[in-house]
Amino acid sequence: MIEIINLCKSFNGHVVLDNLNLAINTGETTVIIGRSGCGKSVLLKNIIGILKPDSGQVLVNGKDVAKMDEKELNVLRLKFGMLFQGAALFDSLNVRENVAFNMLEHMNSSPVEIDKAVKESLALVGLKAIEDKKPAELSGGMRKRVGLARAICIRPQIILYDEPTTGVDPIMGDAINDLIIELHNKLKITSIAVTHDMTSAYKIANRIAMLYNGKIITVGTPDEIKNTKDPIVRQFITGAGKGPITEGIDFEHLIRG
Amino acid sequence: MKKILDLLVALGHRFMDFVRYTGGLTILLGQTIFWIPMPPFRRRQIFEQMSRIGVDSLPIVSLISLFTGMVLALQSAYQMQKFSAEMYIASLVAFSMTRELGPVLTALIVAGRVGASITAEVGTMKVTEQIDALETLATNPIKYLVVPRFLALMIMLPLLTLYADMIGVIGGYIIGVYKLGISHAMYMQNTWHPLKYKDLFTGLVKSYFFAIIICIVACYEGMTAEGGAEGVGRSTTSSVVVSFILIIACDCFFTALFYFVMR
Repeated sequence: MIEIINLCKSFNGHVVLDNLNLAINTGETTVIIGRSGCGKSVLLKNIIGILKPDSGQVLVNGKDVAKMDEKELNVLRLKFGMLFQGAALFDSLNVRENVAFNMLEHMNSSPVEIDKAVKESLALVGLKAIEDKKPAELSGGMRKRVGLARAICIRPQIILYDEPTTGVDPIMGDAINDLIIELHNKLKITSIAVTHDMTSAYKIANRIAMLYNGKIITVGTPDEIKNTKDPIVRQFITGAGKGPITEGIDFEHLIRG
Repeated sequence: MKKILDLLVALGHRFMDFVRYTGGLTILLGQTIFWIPMPPFRRRQIFEQMSRIGVDSLPIVSLISLFTGMVLALQSAYQMQKFSAEMYIASLVAFSMTRELGPVLTALIVAGRVGASITAEVGTMKVTEQIDALETLATNPIKYLVVPRFLALMIMLPLLTLYADMIGVIGGYIIGVYKLGISHAMYMQNTWHPLKYKDLFTGLVKSYFFAIIICIVACYEGMTAEGGAEGVGRSTTSSVVVSFILIIACDCFFTALFYFVMR
């Protein structure tokens, strides 16, 4: 169970998260939707403790992440897996070293165990025989899948996905969606995904939360969100150019050039 | 009145930026020193960095030191010939190389070659979220990225400096013996005889501090890079500029210190 209570975070006076509250249930896939730059990634980074909140708390299994020392934080992070928007694979390491990074760094695993874990993780994401390649030799979609393999290599309890389908073609995007669902069903993990891709959100989510102006303005099942009456959520999910979100913003200059 | 106020505000901002920057460098240095004795010790990575920083810099260091030694000999010959004091050219080259030019030139070369590449690499890792990824994989970025580079530079820069001293002397020898007609025995005697351990030592002390400057500035610039490729480019430029300024300032400080303390 992850609880986010009154979370505030600002950068150089610009408020990104403003008294945000959200509870994430164990074993569920929660998708956080919102416009680009609205603070979705900042929220994920607060959950895993890369960023510290200005005020408020992130409780993972009842413990405040911001109050943990380096050791506790590292123990916690080994329970997490995170897929970054651009996969964030280490350029200097090959696929095997990337996927097995946690095992190589933090566990006294034998080469045989490592090899087995790498093969299994890569098989889960539908890849094989690329262990010796460098990230630069892979396509965008493959990089993303290797990133996912790295996130699941030591079987975390919670996976954070930062825009899992952004930057890959629609077919690959759907394959990644299927993968997330499969991982969720097979490994019984808690997942938090942030995205602005509604197709993906409807497909993978147990619950959808919308982040707007630094707050979670609505939480519901995909069906509830689809049938919502809230004008802000409606505008976002239908992708309408005119509505309360863009009120006062003149898009005509874009058309005129 | 408003103009004066604006000026003061701008000056205040500049000053705060300066304080923030120096503070950032100091904190990074402190954290690096803190992480050095903590396991795991990444021997493989340290050796890799030593090879990249030291071995790969040998050609350019050789070239520049050799020419510097030759130029030193030629320029001093121009003056010394007036007093028929050519035989002192050997001592002049040896002193200038070991006390001053060896450490400073090597540091400048390494700051340009290695410092820039460290900033570009770490900066790219920062803007592509690889540093965040390290943290999510329960690995401290300073321990993983900065410490191996720091240790490698601390070992390799003094060694490169000694090597540059030697090559510089050889450059002077080539001009002194083959161009100016000083005898081999005379040149060697005038090189070794007046040279004391102190001269080598002061050069090496400088090079240790230069190594710290190069590594910390390069890593700090890399880790604070933002704004994509353009940001990495900006950080790389400022890494080299700041290293150069700090190296020269630090050199001036130590030269003055040794002049007054170790006369």
